[in-house]
Amino acid sequence: MQMGELAADEHVKYILSVEKRKDSLESVVSEHLRMNGVYWGLTTLDILGKLDAVDSNEVIQWIMKCQHESGGFAGNIGHDPHILYTLSAVQTLALFDKLDVLDADAVSNCIFLFVICFYAPNSHASLETLSLSFFKSDIAGLQNEDGSFSGDMWGEVDTRFSYIGISCLALLHRLHKINVEKAVDYIVSCKNVDGGFGCTPGGESHAGQIFCCVGALAITGSLHHVDKDLLGWWLCERQVKSGGLNGRPEKLPDVCYSWWVLSSLIMIDRVHWINKEKLIKFILSCQDTENGGISDRPDDAVDVFHTYFGVAGLSLLEYGGLKAIDPAYALPVDVVNRVFLGKK
Amino acid sequence: MGSREEEQRREEEEEEEEEEEEEVEEEKILPLSRRPEWADVTPIPQDDGPNPVVPIAYKPEFLETMDYFRAVYKADERSPRALSLTQQAILCNSGNYTVWHFRRLILESLNVDLHEELKFIDWFAKDNIKNYQIWHHRRWVAEKVGTEGTSEELAFTRKILSHDAKNYHAWSHRQWVLQTLGGWEDELDYCHQLLEEDVFNNSAWNQRYFVVTRSPLLGGLKAMRDSEVKYTVDAILANPENESPWRYLRGLYKDDTQSLVNNPEVSSVCLKVLTKKVFHIFALSMLLDLLCNGFHANEEFRAAVSAIRISESDPPVVDVIRIYESDPPETDLAKVVCSILAHLDSIRGNYWTWRKRKLPHVV
Repeated sequence: MQMGELAADEHVKYILSVEKRKDSLESVVSEHLRMNGVYWGLTTLDILGKLDAVDSNEVIQWIMKCQHESGGFAGNIGHDPHILYTLSAVQTLALFDKLDVLDADAVSNCIFLFVICFYAPNSHASLETLSLSFFKSDIAGLQNEDGSFSGDMWGEVDTRFSYIGISCLALLHRLHKINVEKAVDYIVSCKNVDGGFGCTPGGESHAGQIFCCVGALAITGSLHHVDKDLLGWWLCERQVKSGGLNGRPEKLPDVCYSWWVLSSLIMIDRVHWINKEKLIKFILSCQDTENGGISDRPDDAVDVFHTYFGVAGLSLLEYGGLKAIDPAYALPVDVVNRVFLGKK
Repeated sequence: MGSREEEQRREEEEEEEEEEEEEVEEEKILPLSRRPEWADVTPIPQDDGPNPVVPIAYKPEFLETMDYFRAVYKADERSPRALSLTQQAILCNSGNYTVWHFRRLILESLNVDLHEELKFIDWFAKDNIKNYQIWHHRRWVAEKVGTEGTSEELAFTRKILSHDAKNYHAWSHRQWVLQTLGGWEDELDYCHQLLEEDVFNNSAWNQRYFVVTRSPLLGGLKAMRDSEVKYTVDAILANPENESPWRYLRGLYKDDTQSLVNNPEVSSVCLKVLTKKVFHIFALSMLLDLLCNGFHANEEFRAAVSAIRISESDPPVVDVIRIYESDPPETDLAKVVCSILAHLDSIRGNYWTWRKRKLPHVV
């Protein structure tokens, strides 16, 4: 393997080995978020053109065993369901063109259920009782007045959950279940004078949060609310001398921002404002060219999370031999087209 | 024969040693199954489905704690022992939100002194400051305690920010405390203190903007503008390469660009920086914004821009640009500024070239 090239074969081997290493110490520690790991790993394989290296039936069976009776998905079998894992499960099923195995209404209702349970602990209700009563009522009516998904004014509202909810509902063709205009208004209220977005109104601009807000606005056709030139400048200021991107001023560069910053720049059509060659070089310098995998910064330990962000970032940079990835849905473009246009 | 006996004997010895070790462990934490106060509870084991694909290698005390937790949760037992069990379960797996959720139900039912709960969080947060659950739980408790806990909440976040001054969770919580419970009195001073410690801390600049625009005690952005401009200009002159105060300065003129252009303090900070041998990029970009919005630069500005060099041995950047681009000598200052920026800040060269292309329509 020459330095300066993507070690594609090694990354495929690395991801397959992580997927198989189920009883290792590392996998026990991250057991509860295995659903995220499966999504990161398999999306990376798909971008690398190697999704057929895994047994799709085995994966789908495992995913469905992680589904809770409420409709949502857990990070692993026997764990509690969570909105984060539900999006990963839906995304992974989309990869395999298997969204039809889901009861889309049950899953989308559960998206609301999570936000309520998670953020309305004072509602005196447990997950079980909430699910019973909520399935009988109009779930979408539980959206906050300010447009966020939380069902309780005390609850923490966070634009991360706006994105997860909107992305998941869109993939399930259930976006009409919510008041999109209100959700958009809330996201816009989190816009800062630097053009970026925070997690709540007044919160500091952060590249991860910007991805969530711009992504949600892109999915709902509301990008006209973004000051593209101002945000584009803030985002391209994230590129540091090494070529890598940071997430906030004066923070260290990290491969994960190759995804959060780049995808946002693409959604607002300003990606040509950064130096692509230098960023490609930075990502490639974070590879383990012998054993595969990508790390946050050169010479650190690799993990599936950063392997995904590195490879997905290279795909956004139109690096050769990679499938194109959709910047808003974080899924390969052909998968997104299949979901929305019915193209096979 | 002899070797097999030998092997067996060794195995037995090892087993004995292991048992002794376990006994030592047991003295530290007695399993719930051996505690009389839990004798009436039948633990409920985890249901991994009929054919668990992945046998998970949990520690025995983790399994036992969760088995008992499932039992009390199912019985909806809101008792002191259930409360302490949730603590044990949280220590096993702090990401399990059902445990946190049930703990809150118990706290409410038992009418527990919530200051004790805040102490528990103080202790637990030390090693778990990036855990979402802990922050959510803290907010729930703080909401219940109400305004009498305002200073405690501010102190809590202050302590965490003293170790990690950019912790996003802590800043979110602090903004929530200020907006929900109040305590704005010392917040501007606190921002100043953090900026004294690290003037490059963008989170502190963001908080300063939050206070200036949202504090009910300060009269709003316009009332604060003059003193804030002064403060920001000083910070810029001390570190012209600091991105945050330059953006803050623009933010002070939100929706009022004309006042930004008309304030001589803003143009003069650009000039001061440009005539020094320091980092020029942010001063040039501010000058560009001023020029794009109708600022008329005098000869001093032109001279300062023309004299910018990368280092003392290099010729002025303007000359280099002319050699490389073989353009006709540029007369328009804004164009020159864009060209210099594309050269000095070459990593963002395309951005500055775009700014230059956009110029004729604006200036």
